[in-house]
Amino acid sequence: MNSNQLQHQVLYMRRSLFDQGYLDSEQLIQLEDLQDDANPNFVEEVVSLFYSDSARLIQNIEQTLSNRPVDFSRLDDILHQFKGSCSSIGAKKVKDACSQFREYCNAGNAEGCSRSFQLIKQEYETLRRRLESYFQMVKQAKAA
Amino acid sequence: MARTRLLLIRYTERTAFERPLTSGVAYAVRVLRSEREEFEKQQGWTIKRMDTFEHNPVHKDEPSPIEEEYAPVIFAQDTVSHVISLDMLSGKEDRENVLRARASGKGVLTAPFRLLKTNRLGVILTFAVYKRELPSNATPNERIEATDGYLGGIFDIESLVEKLLHQLASKQTIFVNVYDITNLSHPISMYGSNVSDDGLWLVSTLNFGDPFRKHEMRCRFKQKAPWPLLAISTSIGILVIASLVGHIFQATVNRIAKVEEDYHGMMELKKKAEAADVAKSQFLATVSHEIRTPMNGVLGMLDMLMDTELDVTQQDYVRTAQASGKALVSLINEVLDQAKVESGKLELEAVSFNLRAILDDVLSLFSGKSQDKGVELAVYISDRVPETLIGDPGRFRQIITNLMGNSIKFTEKGHIFVTVYLVEEVVDSIEVETELSSSKNTLSGYPVADRCHSWKGFKTFNQDGSTSPFKSSSADLINLIVSVEDTGQGIPLEAQSRIFTPFMQVGPSISRTHGGTGIGLSISKYLVGRMKGEIGFVSIPNIGSTFTFTAVFGNGSSTSNEHNSQQMNNQPNSVSSEFQGMKALVVDPRPIRAKVSRYHIQRLGIQVEVVSDQLQCLSQIASGSKIINMILVEQEVWEKDTSVSTLFVNNLRKLGCGFQSKLFLLANSISSSRANTSTDGVSIPSVIMKPLRSSMLAASLQRAMGVGNKGNIRNWELPSMSLRHLLLGRKILIVDDNNVNLKVAAAGLKRYGAAVVCVERGKKATELLMPPHQFDACFMDIQMPEMDGFEATKIIREMEHNFNNRIRRGEVSIEAYENVSNFHVPILAMTADVIQATYEECLRSGMDGYVSKPFEAEQLYREVSRFFPPIPDRSP
Repeated sequence: MNSNQLQHQVLYMRRSLFDQGYLDSEQLIQLEDLQDDANPNFVEEVVSLFYSDSARLIQNIEQTLSNRPVDFSRLDDILHQFKGSCSSIGAKKVKDACSQFREYCNAGNAEGCSRSFQLIKQEYETLRRRLESYFQMVKQAKAA
Repeated sequence: MARTRLLLIRYTERTAFERPLTSGVAYAVRVLRSEREEFEKQQGWTIKRMDTFEHNPVHKDEPSPIEEEYAPVIFAQDTVSHVISLDMLSGKEDRENVLRARASGKGVLTAPFRLLKTNRLGVILTFAVYKRELPSNATPNERIEATDGYLGGIFDIESLVEKLLHQLASKQTIFVNVYDITNLSHPISMYGSNVSDDGLWLVSTLNFGDPFRKHEMRCRFKQKAPWPLLAISTSIGILVIASLVGHIFQATVNRIAKVEEDYHGMMELKKKAEAADVAKSQFLATVSHEIRTPMNGVLGMLDMLMDTELDVTQQDYVRTAQASGKALVSLINEVLDQAKVESGKLELEAVSFNLRAILDDVLSLFSGKSQDKGVELAVYISDRVPETLIGDPGRFRQIITNLMGNSIKFTEKGHIFVTVYLVEEVVDSIEVETELSSSKNTLSGYPVADRCHSWKGFKTFNQDGSTSPFKSSSADLINLIVSVEDTGQGIPLEAQSRIFTPFMQVGPSISRTHGGTGIGLSISKYLVGRMKGEIGFVSIPNIGSTFTFTAVFGNGSSTSNEHNSQQMNNQPNSVSSEFQGMKALVVDPRPIRAKVSRYHIQRLGIQVEVVSDQLQCLSQIASGSKIINMILVEQEVWEKDTSVSTLFVNNLRKLGCGFQSKLFLLANSISSSRANTSTDGVSIPSVIMKPLRSSMLAASLQRAMGVGNKGNIRNWELPSMSLRHLLLGRKILIVDDNNVNLKVAAAGLKRYGAAVVCVERGKKATELLMPPHQFDACFMDIQMPEMDGFEATKIIREMEHNFNNRIRRGEVSIEAYENVSNFHVPILAMTADVIQATYEECLRSGMDGYVSKPFEAEQLYREVSRFFPPIPDRSP
């Protein structure tokens, strides 16, 4: 594909990320703002940091959920962290899922928590995939 | 004897002048009985008796009877010659007198009696003449024995007194009474008529030389002295004057006392009023704070609610609640502002800010509403206005927001046009302005009120010719004139006079339909005044209103050549190189609107050319030497004739080079642009929504045209050069257990040139922030495991307190630490919680402020720069 078409692709993917609610456009633009000559790969770095953090957090949630009795306060703490990261990135759907989880958590509903946790994982995975392909495309377009 | 007698007569006559008071002098000789006969023979007359002369003038020549001795007068002055031959001893008084005189050896006076011949009242002074010298202690017998004769002076009292009085030479008629008061109970009147004893007598004693007798003279003015008018009137006058003066004095004293009393009363009242005012301000501040905090909580909760899963209806409800909440908060802020204005506590900041950025912000605030209403919103800022100004951006924004808010409220069609010029530009080119505001030539085609009238009364303009104090081509002061012109309802004439009065609204229904307290304009007027400007308006009902105000700012640009360099590249460094050098074509028949579009596009560094319709555009492209990169068509043009538009697009396609994708529609409202999507087959160009803002414009262009060479999207709002300087040299600590947050926050602050240190644990933060340290500020996450933000802050504050005490006690030298004598590092909380409780806890723990997550770089900068004074020029 030529440069133009690549660029088009990038734009298209970007737009769909926004339109489909995966990413908050404002936040992404903010992050891109922070990227400049001093930090050429800032956005990517932040995103990968997000991945690693999230992975860790998801594992923690998993563990805590499997314990009996369920330690809801600890869950709340972890969720707080997770939600924070999502906000910084602008991961909307994941964040929404976290909020839902938190509700169940505060209600002490372990069943609901598990269900929302599944949702979180799902959204997280989807987002990850989309972001990965997006950034790949960006790299390609840059190279061309 | 005869000769002696003659001698005596002559002598006495000649010397009469020496004795002005005596009427005559006589000498009587002592003749004993035995000597009588001889004496009579000698004299040739007989000694006669005196009283016979008196009682019986016929028998005057009767000889006196025989006595022991006689004292006949032998010599007498001519005037009293009738007494010659009279026996002095025969008169009762004379006898006594004579006897006394010779016994005492002194002059003796008779009592007053009627004189012989004249019968006038008189006295006789008798001296005894002795034959020989007698010693002073001689006995009376000796004296009697030695007596030769007697010398008598006759005093006619009347003539005496008259002569005396004559010598007094008084003008007044005087009553004089002379009395012989030898017998005190029985005074003998010697002279003077019997007058009544009233009135004032002057009594003085007379001394004729006879100690035995006492005489006194009583004098009185004949007429009672007339009222001494002069004296009386003078004294009355003086009395009157004195009493008047006294009266005045008393009145003055009274007045002073009264005034003092009043004064004291007033002071009391004043104190009370001041106390009431203070109480009112406190009350207001407390109440509003108390209202604001739960309001913020509500708004925060609503925000969080929006983040959860809601269906459309619920979202709608939440949005409505949010709008109401925000309106309430802004209302409270307005009321608070009014209170501040009244108590004079409003302070204006002096920081650097970018005017264009502020207006972009305000634009974005109102863009939604204006698009909904179909009203065109436009902003134009003259190139001569410098990039950065020094002043209070918040308050400036407040004024503009208020004016624009009013315009939006009351405008249903047409446009709202905000312009910013330098005062000099307007003053110099007033004709240009009038031309522009002629009816056909407005932004949207709707007529407007002539803006010149809105500044007619301004003082800065009335000094034509003479240099106004604000004429600032100087590098220091910039005098701006801002106008907000709308085509709305206008203000009814009767309401125009009280428009700046607080709490006044045009009609009672306004607050119901539009909301608002009516304070906005009065606050704006006050703020404008504080900025050393003036505010005015012109409004024609059903045509529109134009509000204009001036304000003075400092010049924040370091370069002083404002005239030249501000032309095209008014943001010389921030302009993205992507668009630099590109050329755009704007199709718009309205010159003013085209000017606005051109201004915004030029901010991106793109050259702009304006044509008035599509055909011209085509010809331009076809003939053009330069390559056109983009075409922006005004919606009005596009919709005017869809067939022409279709033709236009087809022709463009024919011209090739992918012009299609570079076609943009400048649209006013969403609805009308959406309606366009259903036009037959013609691929609709990308829509750029008005109001135009450079940032948005750039983004739209970018999106449509590709990411660009570097894949960078820069922030159009602030030139990055000056960005980098804003926090240069500042060392900032960020504490957060979330890696992602750390990274984002750090990058955000690094953009502004700060040196950032990141830590994940509160404990580590306390170690790093133990004084002395080099950190200028700290962002602290609240919710962290092990040690949360509050705890960490408390510990840090305690350490600072101890350290400061040590400095005060002199245990630590402060020179080593750049003479900072009071360590207090600004700590800002980072929290996802907007609830007031958290804020209060932040303050309680010793924090200085907070930012809410998710945060933007600009937000971080804004909050942290509050603690740093504005940097004019800082070397790294």
